Amino acid sequence: MGLLLSILIRIHLIAPQAKIPLLELLSHTGAPGGVMSPEYYLSLLTMHGTIMVFFVLTTAPQSGFGNYFLPIQIGAEDMAFPRLNMLSFWVTLAGLVVLLAAFFIPDGPPISGWTAYPPLSAVGGASGPGEAVGQNLWIISIAIFCLASMLGALNFIATTLDLRARGLSLGRLPLTCWAWFITAILALLSFAVLLAAGALLLLDRVGGTSFFVPGGLIVSDKIIHHSGGSPLLWQHLFWFFGHPEVYIAILPGMGVTSHILSTFSRKPIFGYKAMVGAMATIGCLGFVVWGHHMFVSGMSPYSAFAFSVLTMAIAVPSAIKTFNWLGTIVGGKLRFPTAMLFALGFVSLFVTGGLSGIFLGQPPVDIYFHDTYFVLAHFHMIMGVAAIFGIFGGTYFWFPKMFGRMLNETLGKIHFWVTFVGVYAIFMPMHFLGLEGHPRRYSELSGFEFLKPLMGVHTFISHAAFVTGAIQLVFIFNLFWSMFKGKKAAENPWEATTLEWTVPSPPPHDNFAGRHPVVLRGAYEFSVPGAAKDYVMQDSPK
Amino acid sequence: MGMALAAIIMLFAAFTSALVVRKGLSFDWVSIPMPRVLWLNTGLLLVSSLTLELARGALGAHRREAFARWLYITTALGVAFIAGQLAAWRELAAQGVYLATNPSSSFFYLLTAAHGLHLLGGIGALLYLVVRARAIAWGEQRRVAVDVTALYWHFMDGLWIYILFLLMTRF
Repeated sequence: MGLLLSILIRIHLIAPQAKIPLLELLSHTGAPGGVMSPEYYLSLLTMHGTIMVFFVLTTAPQSGFGNYFLPIQIGAEDMAFPRLNMLSFWVTLAGLVVLLAAFFIPDGPPISGWTAYPPLSAVGGASGPGEAVGQNLWIISIAIFCLASMLGALNFIATTLDLRARGLSLGRLPLTCWAWFITAILALLSFAVLLAAGALLLLDRVGGTSFFVPGGLIVSDKIIHHSGGSPLLWQHLFWFFGHPEVYIAILPGMGVTSHILSTFSRKPIFGYKAMVGAMATIGCLGFVVWGHHMFVSGMSPYSAFAFSVLTMAIAVPSAIKTFNWLGTIVGGKLRFPTAMLFALGFVSLFVTGGLSGIFLGQPPVDIYFHDTYFVLAHFHMIMGVAAIFGIFGGTYFWFPKMFGRMLNETLGKIHFWVTFVGVYAIFMPMHFLGLEGHPRRYSELSGFEFLKPLMGVHTFISHAAFVTGAIQLVFIFNLFWSMFKGKKAAENPWEATTLEWTVPSPPPHDNFAGRHPVVLRGAYEFSVPGAAKDYVMQDSPK
Repeated sequence: MGMALAAIIMLFAAFTSALVVRKGLSFDWVSIPMPRVLWLNTGLLLVSSLTLELARGALGAHRREAFARWLYITTALGVAFIAGQLAAWRELAAQGVYLATNPSSSFFYLLTAAHGLHLLGGIGALLYLVVRARAIAWGEQRRVAVDVTALYWHFMDGLWIYILFLLMTRF
């Protein structure tokens, strides 16, 4: 759904008068005759961002893989609170249903973007289509999602701390478990703040309060009866959640990537403790850099300087991770199944997206880049596509364990290469659009002289997006075809070391069939001198 | 439970920062008169923490009748606190002070409602213990449930004192 919306957005940008019959079915007013109105473009943009950030990037790597593999990797039968787990799942689904309901109400989804800045998001239907019921649905959906995420996070933390198998000290945990654990802490602490902000915003909208809406505001020729609220207050609260959210999306990908790189390099992970420390540091710093999203809000230069220095400091643990990934690969007996390719792709995208972050972390440079396509390119690279590569890597790596069959490697490699080249073709040119001062969120570009020369770049990006989107059908085909027709998977097809590879594929209902594994060694014992094979399982006595 | 309390702290920290910013940045803040029933409510909640500790003490001494009795009293005090908070709301409404009257009243209703909702969760946990107080032979598992409920209840107690302080401070 999120991908489909981005394709619609890309079609509209290069052909604003294109008739898309599907859209007219969704909204007569938003897309009369199937032609997307500028307001409906913003609605789709809002839904794309919200679905991708909350219901894909936050949910899939943590709640999806984490709920499945955290218990197995730590030698437990299940998560600590299975009922809480189920509750978290259904509550998340309820949040998604409430969000998607916005498509089916007369004025459609809200137009305020996934960041829902007030006053636009706070003053009701007068401010535009979707800002009446649609915005209420958005806030309620996000509040429900916050509750679900916090319930899930509690479960992750309790499971990691209390259910580890005998012998599985924290220093022997796979890096995937560390990543899920740290992500859970970030989610627990940051979603609470977003929940508070959402409650205040909803009260401004339906309770007549003035937390975020300033006085004397005139919207659509009507005086808005609020007084003294601060739109910047929302920005502070939102980005206090919003920056940790970046790491909530990316940290599980870091864990999976570390795991896969070590496995297919046949080498222990380089600098295990430094990797754990770097993830924890990134998590901590994530809570003190929210102001770098607000450099243009008129903040004091001293505050901007402090936020900038703290933001730059994140480069240190990020570099530690990158060098350790390279250190893991160098000198290894490399194998290149699709999972490894996606892990390497993750490192590439993480570095590329991270480098543009250094520009945006500088207040004077950010003032120019703010609200341009440069920002779009940056965050799509680092928290969007890199995180999705982590999801793909995890899917290709763990599919044999989940379904007892192998994914087709030829289709997988086609999927990887087209996606890898495709995402660079989509997002690299956006940096140059940003350098030219191209603003975000403009639905029609033909009316601006300074944007006309850039239309060719947009055409290129859109076509790259169509190809990259289409290749995902190959992945989906591979997924379902391999589930039933794929080659049967052995218990440990990748010759990996962690506990999930000691149980049958797929695992029995209680993971270890009544057995209580005892862990005797670290998570990445590859190429151990004197060992019979080039890997030693975590529970192996030899 | 510690981590769950950390999340609740973050929620109320966000409300606090919103209050501080909203109060500091604007010129429309008029402090509302605190309903006097709040003092009675505060007393009820403090006593409920004491009775819960008496319940735990009785449990430790294997005096199950006393344990059940103190649990009933604690739950009743919790319900009385909620009723008292509703009375405070009615008192304000009778004076024409509603949610949107002034930012100070907005925060009053918001913070008391948020605390009340969390306290209802604690009452739910107490009711769970009450229902099982006599029926179940007390194992370690149940003691954990009592300890966790007590931690949460005392935290709610402390949180209310904090909220009261926040609402009454004229900074």
